[in-house]
Amino acid sequence: MVKKVLIDPVTRIEGHAKITLHLNDDGRVAEARFHVTEFRGFEKFCEGRSFREMPAITSRICGICPVSHLLCSAKTGDGLLAVTPPPAAVLLRRIMNLGQIIQSHALSFFHLSGPDLMLGFGAPPTQRSIFGLIEKRPEFARDGIRLRKFGQQVIERLGGKRIHTAWATPGGVTDPLSEENRQAILTDLETADAIITRTLTAYKEMLPRLQAEVNAFGQFPSLFLSLVTPEGNWEHHHGMVRVGDATGQVLATFHEREYARYLGEAVEPWSYLKFPYFKEAGYPQGAYRVGPLARLNLCRRIGTPRADAELIEFRQRCGAVATSSFHYHYARLVEILAAVEWLKVHLDDPRTMDRRVQAEADLNANEAVGVSEAPRGTLFHHYTVDDHGLLTRVNLLIATGQNNLPMQWTIRQIADHFLRGPELTDEMLNRMEAGIRAFDPCLSCSTHAFGAMPLHVQLVGSDGKVIAERYRGGGE
Amino acid sequence: MSVRTFTLNDQLITAAAGQSILAAAREHGIAIPTLCELEGLSTVGACRLCLVEVAGSQRLLPACTTEVQEGMTVVSESPRLKHYRQTILELFLAERNHVCAVCVSNNHCELQNRAVEQGVTHVRFDYLMPTLPVDMSHDRFGVDHNRCILCTRCVRVCDEVEGAHTWDIMGRGFQARVITDMAEPWGDSTSCTSCGKCVQVCPTGALFDKRATAGGMVKQPSFVKVLQHARARKESQ
Ligand code: FES
Repeated sequence: MVKKVLIDPVTRIEGHAKITLHLNDDGRVAEARFHVTEFRGFEKFCEGRSFREMPAITSRICGICPVSHLLCSAKTGDGLLAVTPPPAAVLLRRIMNLGQIIQSHALSFFHLSGPDLMLGFGAPPTQRSIFGLIEKRPEFARDGIRLRKFGQQVIERLGGKRIHTAWATPGGVTDPLSEENRQAILTDLETADAIITRTLTAYKEMLPRLQAEVNAFGQFPSLFLSLVTPEGNWEHHHGMVRVGDATGQVLATFHEREYARYLGEAVEPWSYLKFPYFKEAGYPQGAYRVGPLARLNLCRRIGTPRADAELIEFRQRCGAVATSSFHYHYARLVEILAAVEWLKVHLDDPRTMDRRVQAEADLNANEAVGVSEAPRGTLFHHYTVDDHGLLTRVNLLIATGQNNLPMQWTIRQIADHFLRGPELTDEMLNRMEAGIRAFDPCLSCSTHAFGAMPLHVQLVGSDGKVIAERYRGGGE
Repeated sequence: MSVRTFTLNDQLITAAAGQSILAAAREHGIAIPTLCELEGLSTVGACRLCLVEVAGSQRLLPACTTEVQEGMTVVSESPRLKHYRQTILELFLAERNHVCAVCVSNNHCELQNRAVEQGVTHVRFDYLMPTLPVDMSHDRFGVDHNRCILCTRCVRVCDEVEGAHTWDIMGRGFQARVITDMAEPWGDSTSCTSCGKCVQVCPTGALFDKRATAGGMVKQPSFVKVLQHARARKESQ
């Protein structure tokens, strides 16, 4: 007899999701499915539009990571123009991406996962929110808000009011950085540095007490994928795509234009998300994790002194390849430090202030692939255009899609650990949500749909009948 | 020059014979919303946004094409006019696919500005969502029919100022389209001089610079007026 437990949708993740747990006769979790039922038609909508509009259009897919799409789309546009943007434009795009990594990681760690981490996974839902956090741990909450604001200001200071629209364009960016704004970022950088330093210290102190979560929250070997520099170091906007396994072995390193040779995209009838996988390993074994954890697992070094020291410690604490999804949190903190350090390096680079930021060119290619590291993982844009630059085909590979299966494996592991009998306890629900949040998925992004629905919990028996049903507000 | 006197919003106004209500109102600092009209081009009364109430007439009349008559009484602001203007703007928005957020003219769009000024907060009609093409065949410019409101400014400026008459209208009603030459791709047009006047006078993002990004297109339609004045002066010399 197989029982189905439905949890719908998960709170505090962007977008709408539903989970079904398939129980076997012993009441153990045989399979977890993370359903994404929203309509995904975004790629279709773009057809017939000009590729030059894509940075603006794709940055509207998602309110959480507009910058990632903006940068990836502009980079894909570079490919269609067949130009290399001026050095200043490349550096400015990097600076914007670092700002985005900081603000997004801060949101994920402090605002979304902070309540679980600081107040405990069992705390009542009314308290387990950013508001409860402000009440109980005001200094921690304040740090999170300030760090996020810093990241957002980096973006604003570069793009002005154009964040959502089109600061990055095919061929470069629209405006150079003013000395005033450079100084402003450098000044605020010190506060950001202090915040991430003390947060890392605090987190490392806490980590030994979280061993149960580390073991239950998606502790399994899997493949990892991320960008690396040609030397194999940490990278977030250029470089090569690398796939490695849980033993630290490199399985493939390739240019983004070859992505389709290495990566397949499976579809499942019960989800609108695509399921990308590493072809050589087959489906579903070839599913891989992307994002902060993958980036730290695959790089040799980060390239800045303090982040490199943290990376060494990260590996000592979590293993040469960190295989628990719970360590996404830790990886995020190390990456914030990396971003802070790299920001300083780029802002001190005289090339950053060059006034030339745009390569002017007409269409020179009919097809291009762009890649960039969004905070939550590697993002691919693939455009095919006609001779006038109108899109005939668009394919997007998004972080949450790539993390799709590993996320399900994580849910299954957590559910199996905490589910006792056919009941949906708060304890289990809370931990499953927290497990998903470790990945920082952004479902409105990966499905290109908007809006959230209230939490709907359904208990379905083997005969297909709903045994019990529960609604929870979606905004918890 | 003979003179006409009329009442506009309870104010006594003198106008030159043959002057339109709109021109006379403007001279006296009274703003009437317009879209298709552009100083320096002929008037066609296509958009109907400038409708005014004229005493003795059941119908509302477009201020841009109605000549001032001696003793007429005109009202340019009333709840009824507001309602009509809002409706007209909503119909424009519903007829084609105006996606402001990603449009090159976002924040610099006359249609958008009029909608904001007239207090259009939502569209009460079903969107038609037609499938319309984008023509990017021209070297420098693009035309996106999704954003065209058929004001015909491009047609008029090309004919009356540039003298090329590349643009025209094909089809009727809501199936009408602006076309270049004999409905050929713009890039294939032999009459187009690539002067870009049509792009500058287009009130929305329908005609645009190919390299413009979202919100990046700021048009300068006032050049038409300047150009026409300069020409008139030269001719009178
Ligand atoms: S401005 Fe008078 S009808 Fe358009």
